[in-house]
This record gives sequence, structure tokens and C-alpha cells, in this order.
Amino acid sequence: MRNALEGETPMAAKPKENEYEDIPGTFVFNAERSRQGYGINMFCMSLMKDVNRKAFKANEAAYLKQYPLSPEQTDAVLKRDYNRMLELGGNIYFTAKLGATDGHSFRHLAAVMTGSTQDDYAKMMLAGGRSVEGNRSKSGKYDKPAKKAAAKTAKPKAAAKAKSRSKSAKKRK
Amino acid sequence: MAKIIAGLASSHVPAIGAAIDNKQTEEPYWKRVFSGFEKSKEWMAKTRPDVVIGIYNDHASAFSVEMIPTFAIGCAAEFPPADEGWGPRPVPVVKGHPELASHIATSVILDEFDLTICNKMEVDHGLTVPLNLVFGSPKEWPCPVIPVAVNVVQFPPPTGHRCYMLGKAIRKAVDSYPEDLKVVIFGTGGMSHQISGPRAGLINSRFDKSFLDRLTSDPKGLAAMPHLEYMREAGAEGIELVMWHVMRGALDDKVKEVYRFYTVPASNTAVGHIILENGAKPAKKAAPKKAKAKKPTRKAA
Repeated sequence: MRNALEGETPMAAKPKENEYEDIPGTFVFNAERSRQGYGINMFCMSLMKDVNRKAFKANEAAYLKQYPLSPEQTDAVLKRDYNRMLELGGNIYFTAKLGATDGHSFRHLAAVMTGSTQDDYAKMMLAGGRSVEGNRSKSGKYDKPAKKAAAKTAKPKAAAKAKSRSKSAKKRK
Repeated sequence: MAKIIAGLASSHVPAIGAAIDNKQTEEPYWKRVFSGFEKSKEWMAKTRPDVVIGIYNDHASAFSVEMIPTFAIGCAAEFPPADEGWGPRPVPVVKGHPELASHIATSVILDEFDLTICNKMEVDHGLTVPLNLVFGSPKEWPCPVIPVAVNVVQFPPPTGHRCYMLGKAIRKAVDSYPEDLKVVIFGTGGMSHQISGPRAGLINSRFDKSFLDRLTSDPKGLAAMPHLEYMREAGAEGIELVMWHVMRGALDDKVKEVYRFYTVPASNTAVGHIILENGAKPAKKAAPKKAKAKKPTRKAA
């Protein structure tokens, strides 16, 4: 079998180390983030049980003490700063359980992470979604130069908005 | 003997499940999505598989970050729906096919695909949404389903090539199972979508359409696509598309595309769907010759 199977298809090229870090507005959940975010993700897993969801909602800070979270991670969870959670090793499929505990859908979280209002985000999706043009790479390596699309697709704007949002959220707390 | 007669691929967006569970399928937004699967339901009703092999990914339901199997096969008698944070979906328990599943596990492991064997596993929307899309919402799923979970959560997922070759090994396993069973294999997930970070909402319809084209016509070439390309072009979570290669690898090199559907959006993602049948006539050259040969005899008669 092995011989019959071998070499039929060229092997997919191995990604160069962290080449995907060049993709804008994206936190790839790799082994390093997985290690770093173990506590966040295991906390989120616990929210699959209704009894835990209730306990968490009753006293969030106390509940979080059961998990090995850094102060930054605890802060991000309490403030529902979803981008920051991803940056600190959270994974969207896990953090979505926190969203669900708050009664929010994936789409709601996505809008929050892009710094859009729910309405604007829904409109963007109905209009065909965020264009890939101008959103392929930070370095510009994969995007055609001087494309007007780049300005339209709001990659920097969305990121900036999200940042300022999390800053203002910090102030509020 | 058991036989894989067809494969289909479908996105498995959780919001589609929520729309079904909350009875919103008649709302215009969702009707656009569900109407694209009417033909598939008809096709399914006609095809009536004895077993479905469902290639899907677990979304932190059965597997957390404690254990991340790259490939896992469900050999249990049944797989209850998982509580994904909203309570378990009100869908039937997925009944497995432990005999065929164990046979596949044995065969592919001896063929050097080291699958994790799961004798107890909950399944999430990744598996149950595609079942709804093609079977509707019956009280019981019409046939046993063998879940095969692929890690696409922690980078790196298996390569497209590895997935494609696993499909071939599954095909070989099914072919050697002594009972007469009609098997349909599902590839799920995708198409283009990013649900995380400031780039969320990314949709690349051109990429998706080309992917659908090549899935039929150039499966080997398509399976060689590197991870980076999926993530860059189709969104960070667009990499779920590697799972479609398992389905495609389990089919003949040459297949008949019987149906295709594509729409944007469903929640954050593009929805893509395709049905491919085995048994496409390979005799391109032979066919016209025969026709030519026949015509004159008819005339002469």
C-alpha cells in the first residue's frame, strides 16, 4: 500500500517558520500560543457546562482564579477584549464559548474583533464580506501594488479601531 | 462488498445550525442558504447511503487543548451532540457503525496512517450541521455515521496531501469490507472565512470557486496547496478546507460533479457545497468512436 500511495502527489511545501505572521489582523494559533493560552482555553472549555457558566457569571474574578492565567489574561477575559485574548494565546473556538456564555454568536464576536458596529459588520458581510485585496500581507508581498482596494478594505482602520476600543475599555474598567 | 459511491463537501457554519434550531430557515437571509441544499436533499433521498463517513473538525468540544489528535476516528456505537456553550443542539444522537469504523481504523493504521481511536466522543456542529443540510431535521438520522475528526484548530493541521492520501487509504479500507454497503463520504468546513481577529469577515469568492473547480478536475494538484495559501487567501479558518481532500481522495480520480452551490454570506463565512459521484465514464476517446460506428449501421438498417 505504502509504495502504491507514495509519490502520487507532490508534498505540500512546508511553511517557512512563522511566514503566516505576515498575514494582517490574524493571530495564528500555533504551538507557542497554545502553550501560552492554555489557561484561557481551559477556562473557556469549562463553560461547556451550564453549572460552570452560572458559577462564572455569579463571580467572574473568583471563578477565573481556578485557572493558571496571567494578570493580562485575566484582565482580557474580564474586559471581553477578544483580540487581546487571541494575542495572549486564546483560540477563537474556545473564546467563542465565553461569547456564548454572554449570549453572543460568532458573528457578534467577529464584529467586536474588527472594531465595527454590529450593523456595519452585518452590512459588510451582506455585501460579500471583507475583500482579500489589500488584506493578504502586512509586507505587501502578496498584494498587487497601488490597488485602491487596499484603502477600502479597512485593514489598518479596523485594527486601529479595535486597539482604541480596547484602550478605552481599559480606561472604563 | 462495501463501496464508496459518492462524496460531498459542505461548509459547517454554526449559525446554520442555530438557524435550524431556532426555526429561522424561512427567513429570507437563511432561505437563500437552505434553498441551495434542496437539490442535495433530493439527491440524498435517491442515493440512500447505508453509511456516511463524516470528515469534520472538532471545535473544542470533544478535544480541548489537553489532547489534539491530528486524525481521530469514532468507533463508538453512538455520539451525543456536545454542549458548545448554548446547550447541546436539539439534534438526534449520531449512531455510529462500530464494525466498519474499526475495520477502517485497522486498515488505515496498517497503511501507516496513525489514527486516534475514539470509543467515547461527543460531536459538535462541525458534523451535525452538514447532516442537517442534506438530511433535514428528522427524528433519527437515516443511517449510521462514522465521524473522522481532523485537527484544524492548532497550527499546523495535516497537509492537504496527507488528507488526500488518507482518503485513499479509507477508500481501500471500505473496498475490503465484506458487507454490501453503500457509503457516502462527507468533507466539511470552509469555504473562505475568518472568524478571528481584526481581519474577520474575509471572503474570497474567486479562491473558493477555483477550489471547487479544481476539486473535481485537478484533485492532486489542489492537494499540494500549502497552508499559508489557505490562510492568506481564504482566511485563517479557511484552512478547514484541507478536510475536503480526505473526501476527494476517497473517490475515483475522475468523478462526475452532479451538483454545486455557493453563496455569501452565512454569518461570517462563504458557504460552498459540491456533490461528486464515482463511476464517471472514463472512456472519452472510445465513446465517439462507438457512436460513429453505430450510426451507419442504423442508416443501413
